[in-house]
Amino acid sequence: MIEQIPHILVLLGLIVSAILTFHFKDLLAATLAAGLFGFLISLEFYILQAPDVAISQAAIGAGLTTAIFIIAIRATGRFEGESS
Amino acid sequence: MSRIVRTAADLLYPVILIFGLYIVAHGHLTPGGGFQGGAVIATGGALVIVAYSYKEISGWLKKNVLLGREVIGLVGFIGVGLLALAFGQVFFFNYLAGSGSLFGMPVPYGINAGELNTAGVIPLMNFAVGIEVWGGLTIVILYMLSGLEKEGC
Repeated sequence: MIEQIPHILVLLGLIVSAILTFHFKDLLAATLAAGLFGFLISLEFYILQAPDVAISQAAIGAGLTTAIFIIAIRATGRFEGESS
Repeated sequence: MSRIVRTAADLLYPVILIFGLYIVAHGHLTPGGGFQGGAVIATGGALVIVAYSYKEISGWLKKNVLLGREVIGLVGFIGVGLLALAFGQVFFFNYLAGSGSLFGMPVPYGINAGELNTAGVIPLMNFAVGIEVWGGLTIVILYMLSGLEKEGC
């Protein structure tokens, strides 16, 4: 039972970061919450004995996607509903 | 971006590069491989690209070099596969395994730490895929940033 605690914490963090991504109106904060989601899901893959998938998820989901979103936010508006 | 971010990116970039190359080189022994290692290296490239502006970065991170890296990786992968036909075997045959030459050591039996010099043609394909993914994923970020500069914002 004691070894299930980090697993449950990661799953709770996944739910919280997904809700935060939906909730934020500041798109930069929403992007960082999505990056946190990618990082936590790579931890979840590692707990489920798939380190291969965890490496690619950490590199692409948490790293490259966040960078692409940040560049896109720099080109457009930072807040939701704002037209620039 | 700020001086702190740039210094951190400068310090982290070689470490990320070495770690990605380690994942590529040990693809046949440990978790990971060509795609994962190339993605890790591309993350380091993305860190530097985001930390600096496009004008500063375009001097040493050229699009043609990255495109050439992608082409070299793909041609190397298919070339290693086609080279088996020259030895009179089928396509993608592992002609280097157990031959005693490059990556040709026989795999030791029993519990061991894993010998790097084994697995024949698989590490070569890992290197090809790693180089290809390195170029391909970095050029995606670079084209996003060059479009940003073109719009003038």
